[in-house]
Amino acid sequence: MKTFVYIDHFKGEVQPASWEALGLAKSFGSTSAIVFGSGVEAIVKDAFEHGADEVLLADDPALLDFRVEVFASTLSALASAQSPSLILFPSTTRTRELAATSAVDLNCGVITDATAVDVNGDSVVVTRPIYEGKLFEKVTCSSALQFITIRGRAFPKPEKQAGKTGTTTNVEAKTDALTTVEGYSVAEVGVSLNDAGVIVSGGRGVSNNPSLQPPAGLDDKQSEVWRAQQGFKLVGELASVLGGAVGASRAAVDAGYIPYSNQVGQTGKVVAPDLYIACGISGAIQHLAGIRSAKMVVAINKDADAPIFKAARYGVVGDLFVIVPALTEAFKRKLGK
Amino acid sequence: SEAKVKAEGGQISWGDAPLVINPFDEYAVEGALQQREAVSGSTVTVLCIGPESAKEALKHALAMGADDAILVSDPALKDLDTLGAARILAAAINKIGGVDMVIFGRQTLDSGSGLTPAQTARALGWSMLGLAGQIKVDSGSVIVERVIEEGRQSINAKLPAIISVVQSIGEPRYPSFMGIRKASKAEIPVWSLADLGASVQEAIVTRSELMSPPARESAVEIITGESPTEIADKLADKLIAEKVL
Ligand SMILES: Cc1cc2nc3c(=O)[nH]c(=O)nc-3n(C[C@H](O)[C@H](O)[C@H](O)COP(=O)(O)OP(=O)(O)OC[C@H]3O[C@@H](n4cnc5c(N)ncnc54)[C@H](O)[C@@H]3O)c2cc1C
Ligand SMILES: Nc1ncnc2c1ncn2[C@@H]1O[C@H](COP(=O)(O)O)[C@@H](O)[C@H]1O
Repeated sequence: MKTFVYIDHFKGEVQPASWEALGLAKSFGSTSAIVFGSGVEAIVKDAFEHGADEVLLADDPALLDFRVEVFASTLSALASAQSPSLILFPSTTRTRELAATSAVDLNCGVITDATAVDVNGDSVVVTRPIYEGKLFEKVTCSSALQFITIRGRAFPKPEKQAGKTGTTTNVEAKTDALTTVEGYSVAEVGVSLNDAGVIVSGGRGVSNNPSLQPPAGLDDKQSEVWRAQQGFKLVGELASVLGGAVGASRAAVDAGYIPYSNQVGQTGKVVAPDLYIACGISGAIQHLAGIRSAKMVVAINKDADAPIFKAARYGVVGDLFVIVPALTEAFKRKLGK
Repeated sequence: SEAKVKAEGGQISWGDAPLVINPFDEYAVEGALQQREAVSGSTVTVLCIGPESAKEALKHALAMGADDAILVSDPALKDLDTLGAARILAAAINKIGGVDMVIFGRQTLDSGSGLTPAQTARALGWSMLGLAGQIKVDSGSVIVERVIEEGRQSINAKLPAIISVVQSIGEPRYPSFMGIRKASKAEIPVWSLADLGASVQEAIVTRSELMSPPARESAVEIITGESPTEIADKLADKLIAEKVL
């Protein structure tokens, strides 16, 4: 099976699920990695070290920013010239649009968010969650070429082989742009929610500490946000000692405690960490929709009847302002930090 | 959107849950109504491919304040995949004519692939501005703040354009009393494939099997102790032993 893997990156920073896709592709045979960008030699080297036999490279100033129409035309031309039967992508906001767009040019099928890919001769059967993970479906694709985007953390990451190299083949960048990128305001995201092994999340409860005295001159709303920031600081410290990322409920986002990019759930991000610690989150069905693939959930909530405890393996009924810092200290001691 | 779904003999069973508007598309309607308020002289038309019962979702959008609704419905449109849906939507958008902007939801809740907006854009040859948290129209161009993994990206395109929106666009407004009255009386035109002069392409991606996820080992263990330190120590030991760190 002639398989290519698209390596997704933002300003040179590769989305780790790209390597997971590369590892999966290698299990089917030899593999070419597709790298698009401007000044991306470091990614090419990394792709070889993660197992690519060949890199198909379009390195062009027109590809500095991801613009879907430009990247899709480049990918479509490449796929038409080389006729692979399978292109794997990590599931990201960029690849979803890229695969969708190029599939119109090539009239091929796209399957998103695969959690298993079974290849048997020429037949490929993909398993993916639907209805927010309440069900799984197996799907097949009838076109000669198919695109599959894989869920982050659903497949093992290949070992890096330092110094391994391979063949680089240059491909032409298409430059027919319809859009102009004006700029970015990049959040201080730290560890990204998509590939975090541990996520510590805060909900509306992070603002609930009446004993904290906000600085003078703040009105009620500002005091609430100030308190929430103290709460999220504790959440962040726990995440940091565990090398994890910070998430949030929608109530925390709507109240202005933390940006939308941290939101977990139906209208936020769907995450799949090994450990998810929910602090001051009640466990509404829309929040749970985002954490169904977490291997283990721990809940810290002062209400023993909060529904989050039904989704949790371990729970503490108590005040997060007390329990979370105690937990941070315990891990510092036990993990020798 | 709180409907309970389960796999039943290879079919999806909705129990007795009513068909409702996809929550992401409520944000899309909200985004469109905001643009109508911002750009004088504009109108909002809501469009859906679906069975007769999908008129309920369109009526909800009319009640929120949309001006017109169109349903594309045809027995041949039963098993569409996203590529097929995108080509039909593109044909309908062309038939409506004079459209400057089409606003989509981020994804549908059921299959949740989120592919249709970009595929419709490509089928039309229009620009695609996905995952917008904010939309501003300025003399024939549109500037969109996109919410991506790494933060926000500001991107500019000439109209016409396809936009998909996320929750940051703003809470969908509630239908007004007047809106509900108007919607209940609305006659929604139904276009067939013949009306569109379009033919349907066979679905490329098809489902072969439906499964329920493995049941979660349940029963929470509540950690208790004399002091916060004792509780924290016990919990930390458990999590280290579970090898989830
Ligand atoms: C269409 C739609 C989409 C949605 N999408 C999402 C989504 O993507 N993500 C999401 O999260 N929600 C989503 N929601 C909202 C969801 O229904 C809930 O309203 C939301 O998850 C509640 O957030 P919360 O748990 O932080 O707040 P609350 O429900 O208010 O819970 C706060 C919890 O904190 C506890 N608490 C308070 N103080 C403390 C303290 N000091 N220590 C410990 N515990 C404390 C309380 O006991 C309570 O259980 C959506 C809703 C709709 C209708
Ligand atoms: N049958 C349809 N009729 C109208 N719009 C649709 C239809 N299917 C998908 N869409 C739009 O495309 C978005 C993404 O859908 P999907 O690609 O199926 O996840 C939805 O939120 C809708 O805005």
